Amino acid sequence: MAAVLTAGELRKGLKLEIDGDPYLIVDFEFTKPGKGQALYRCRLKNMITGIQFDRTYRSGDKFNPADLEEQEMQFLYSDGENYNFMNMSNFDQIEMSAESVGDASSFLTENLIVNALLFEGRPIGLTLPNFVELKIVTSAPGIKGDTTSGATKPATLETGHVIQVPLFVEEGETVRIDTRTGQYVERVKA
Amino acid sequence: MEIDETQGLRSKRHFLEARCRVLRLIRAFFESQGFLEVQTPMLTAAPAPELHIRPIQAGADRFLSTSPELHMKRMLAAGFEKIFQITHAFRADERGRLHHPEFTILEWYRLGANYKDLQQDCQKLVRFTCSRVAPKSGLYFRGACLDFEGRWETCSVREAFEKFAEWDPGPSPDPDRFDVDMAQKIEPNLGFPSPCILEDYPKSRAALARIKPEDPEVAERFELFWAGIELANGFSELIDPGEQRTRFQSAIASKEQLGQIGCPLPEAFLASLEHLRPCAGIALGIDRFVMLLSDAECIDDVVAFTPETA
Repeated sequence: MAAVLTAGELRKGLKLEIDGDPYLIVDFEFTKPGKGQALYRCRLKNMITGIQFDRTYRSGDKFNPADLEEQEMQFLYSDGENYNFMNMSNFDQIEMSAESVGDASSFLTENLIVNALLFEGRPIGLTLPNFVELKIVTSAPGIKGDTTSGATKPATLETGHVIQVPLFVEEGETVRIDTRTGQYVERVKA
Repeated sequence: MEIDETQGLRSKRHFLEARCRVLRLIRAFFESQGFLEVQTPMLTAAPAPELHIRPIQAGADRFLSTSPELHMKRMLAAGFEKIFQITHAFRADERGRLHHPEFTILEWYRLGANYKDLQQDCQKLVRFTCSRVAPKSGLYFRGACLDFEGRWETCSVREAFEKFAEWDPGPSPDPDRFDVDMAQKIEPNLGFPSPCILEDYPKSRAALARIKPEDPEVAERFELFWAGIELANGFSELIDPGEQRTRFQSAIASKEQLGQIGCPLPEAFLASLEHLRPCAGIALGIDRFVMLLSDAECIDDVVAFTPETA
């Protein structure tokens, strides 16, 4: 177990274990009313549910850092409700709920290597590579003669997710996507 | 790193110029009022034992001064009538948007004065300074237009608690509840657009203030707030050596319970109280005053170097 933290060590970005859940300090403020005690006001975000709330701590309060680690995992398959991954360091298979996978499912394809976040050994979230390459499965052909610069059309990816692509991109082509913004970057030549 | 530091310092020029002007004006103000500027030690054998102020130890038997208060009152006891000082004070583990463990403090003390006289001094000082540094277009802080010429509101701690926190703190409120509500429900609302005087603290929160003769449940202590920021803390000084010793002893006992480093009783100060006549004194945070006058977001803006770059 990692060392216990005191209130004076709290700061933005720190991750704590509170009532069995991991929390991220998303905002932090030190206050001290005149001649009064130091107060440590934290906005905490539950790293599993995403719910945020404010809590004020005092000097004597003690905290356990959240037991978190990142592991490289390869996505194997999804049965619709759960997502199955293989831990690349020990080849164990783990299951992650759709809730934990969240929006990352839009860009998740078989064999993709992702970073999974584990809390006390349990997966609670994942980080995709910054760029992924995905195939366009359906997209209406671009209208001939429409040369409006920057004009886009919707295109459905092999994951079922729909993104906006430039008019010249065609069905069956592969495109590169920035997973941090969810946006099209460029066409990938096969 | 070097380039970052150069850019960081250059970007602070406007704030540091405001700081320089404010310091000069404060000195000019006190000179015009007949005060003597003094300097007292920053290394001391015995800072005032206060429950929530933690001194920084410097060597085997010395501490960095948490405030020049005790030395300045020793000078009053020796007959100096009106003295002021601008110095650095040191308090361990205080770091936030309004706190540095090393900060610049203004203190002034007057023989024969009480906390009401100090409130008048505050008005004069703030008006003197602001009228000379505030832009013609008005003084803005975090989007709020501040007023330094209009009437200042005075409000007792009891009234403020009833209005903003909906309970009466009485003479000895629960310390946790009092501090949290003060910091979160009361302070942020005080001092818009003019500064506000919050006075008559519960007697359990008297610090080094005397009890109010007409109302023994409260102490003659006040704080000055502007735009939600605590700027100054002053009081009619406690000059009873016996009661002062008892308060210090109780603070030392509480500090020991909390496992804080021990600090000795300031015996030379207690001895000087035998000769001290009624007086009043006050501390004002210069860094915060500069913040208000230069619309700074954080105390870091108004000092060249922060605790992290010191």
